[in-house]
Amino acid sequence: MSTTRRVVIEPLTRVEGHGKVTIRLDAAGEVENARLHVVEFRGFERFIQGRPYWEIPVAVQRLCGICPVSHHLAAAKAMDGIVGVDELTPTAEKIRRLMHYGQIFQSHALHFFYLSSPDLLFGFDADPAVRNVIGVAGAYPELARQGILMRKYGQEIIEATAGKRVHGTGAIPGGVNRSLTDTERRRFAAEVPRQKQWAMEAVAIARDYTLENLAFAGEFAAFPSNHLGLVQADGTFDLYDGVLRAVNAGGEKILDDVDTSRYADVLVEEVRSWSYMKFPFLREFGPDRGWYRVGPLARLAVCDRIGTPAAEAARADFSEAMGGLPGTMSLAYHWARMIETLSAIEEIERLLDDPDIEGADLVRRGQRRNRAVGVIEAPRGTLFHDYVVADDDTVMRANLIVSTTSNNEPMNRAVESVARKFLVGTEITEGLLNHVEVAIRAYDPCLSCATHALGRMPLVVEVQDAAGNTVGEGRRGS
Amino acid sequence: MSTTTAQKSIRRSPNERVLVLCWGNPGRRDDGIGPCLADRLKAHHLEGVTVESAYQLQIEHANQVAESDLVVFVDAAASGPSPFIARPLGPLGKPAFSTHALEPGTVLALAHELYGADPKAILLGVRGYEFDEFDEHLSPRAERNLDAAEHWLAAALKSDPS
Repeated sequence: MSTTRRVVIEPLTRVEGHGKVTIRLDAAGEVENARLHVVEFRGFERFIQGRPYWEIPVAVQRLCGICPVSHHLAAAKAMDGIVGVDELTPTAEKIRRLMHYGQIFQSHALHFFYLSSPDLLFGFDADPAVRNVIGVAGAYPELARQGILMRKYGQEIIEATAGKRVHGTGAIPGGVNRSLTDTERRRFAAEVPRQKQWAMEAVAIARDYTLENLAFAGEFAAFPSNHLGLVQADGTFDLYDGVLRAVNAGGEKILDDVDTSRYADVLVEEVRSWSYMKFPFLREFGPDRGWYRVGPLARLAVCDRIGTPAAEAARADFSEAMGGLPGTMSLAYHWARMIETLSAIEEIERLLDDPDIEGADLVRRGQRRNRAVGVIEAPRGTLFHDYVVADDDTVMRANLIVSTTSNNEPMNRAVESVARKFLVGTEITEGLLNHVEVAIRAYDPCLSCATHALGRMPLVVEVQDAAGNTVGEGRRGS
Repeated sequence: MSTTTAQKSIRRSPNERVLVLCWGNPGRRDDGIGPCLADRLKAHHLEGVTVESAYQLQIEHANQVAESDLVVFVDAAASGPSPFIARPLGPLGKPAFSTHALEPGTVLALAHELYGADPKAILLGVRGYEFDEFDEHLSPRAERNLDAAEHWLAAALKSDPS
């Protein structure tokens, strides 16, 4: 008689959305595999279809409360193509970049100071009652206040460039509808030195943690992978625009700077019966060898350099610690994320010193097209928006690949790696729950965005035998 | 606590700084009750009352909360009495779930931990019914509940010169 059992963890604490983890045990009680399941909410395509194309950059922000700006900009980039604009005015591009860097800055700060810092500061095994945002506020109030002010700064930049923090309207097909006033520019510029200093300190915290725990990080949810992201044509790091590049675990280019409009030629989204979230992979290499990571770790792996000095120095330091190869450690996402935060504030500084940011030439128009693709590097990774617009100006079809979907396979592997290491018997220990949480959180997933689900966050661990009978359970959260 | 009692606890002096913090996703039907109430309340131009609308409660709201004497948190309620329920709220020491989105009690706890602020707080839960599809319209029943909540809150927030 088979004694295969399954451990079910659902849903995840402190990651967004509604998902569960199942760990299947073999007859010997060893981990056979681990799967991250996601409950999908359907209907977003229907919500989009039939709407006039110019409404889309605002409407898509309904998708997600975590990174609406990324959806706003990806959709706007696609709609640039629909109105036949391949190159924005200098002011329009710079305003959009400023908005995007503000979004990256505040999103990464939120994740680091409030989601991951409790793990790093208190240790993975600390009591969850302490290892949380309130615990950080009590034990490290200055750090917590910095996090709030970094987040606030990014949000204020979004408000100034998008019109408002929620459901901004700043990016429109072919350009933007506002630029910065001189007062706004001066106000934001005056704040840069302090924000940059905090970003540098955050890089140091993440760096020191990784280096001091290198042996552990090298075993915790660590595995080689392909990496995918946007880079400029010369290989420079770019979060707003560029060509698609992928590298393998050895750092060799396996997707050689492909135009983003051709994404469907090089990527395939696989459906698996047990998950609503798809599994994208590089077509040329198939599902087994073609899956890839996205997000901060991947972006540092695919780029040749960062175009701002402090972030480039930090990248070189990071690359050296990784042995000059693409990162394998899920925990290294935290360090990479803070390097991107530093890059974002340096880019903000540069833009605030550019007179174009106050310009008045905001919109271009070209020859109307029926299909266009917009791709951007969202905080969590590469985000694809693909639209077909009918001659009557309404959207006929939309396809979105969100960052968390691309990280689906890596997150599954991370959970499996942790389960193999920390699951003993069928007992659902706090240690196991903590480590599963930490592994998934490294990817900063936004499951509500990936699946269009309302987020609910209790954590339930269930052990099932081969017949599906529950033989053990652990629970955390509401 | 009855809504009448809650209304009395909201009653304030003209100098009190009031923050009404409404949240939800207007693209998911009745989840948008909070932002809808914010839009309506702004039209009342209540003196000394700041009305904010957000997708989700977040850490930066602790800053705003700390600068207020009274905070009214407004959210859609997926269960409970209709048209709405109002009850006092205190700091919650342990986040119930994701910090991608905070509970109002956690925002109060952050305001206390980081800024030593303990404003009076009320949670107003307006009953909604339809949350599971993308649509920018409230259900008819939620609309009626919103009408009642707007009427009640606007009356409660008028400053009491006595």
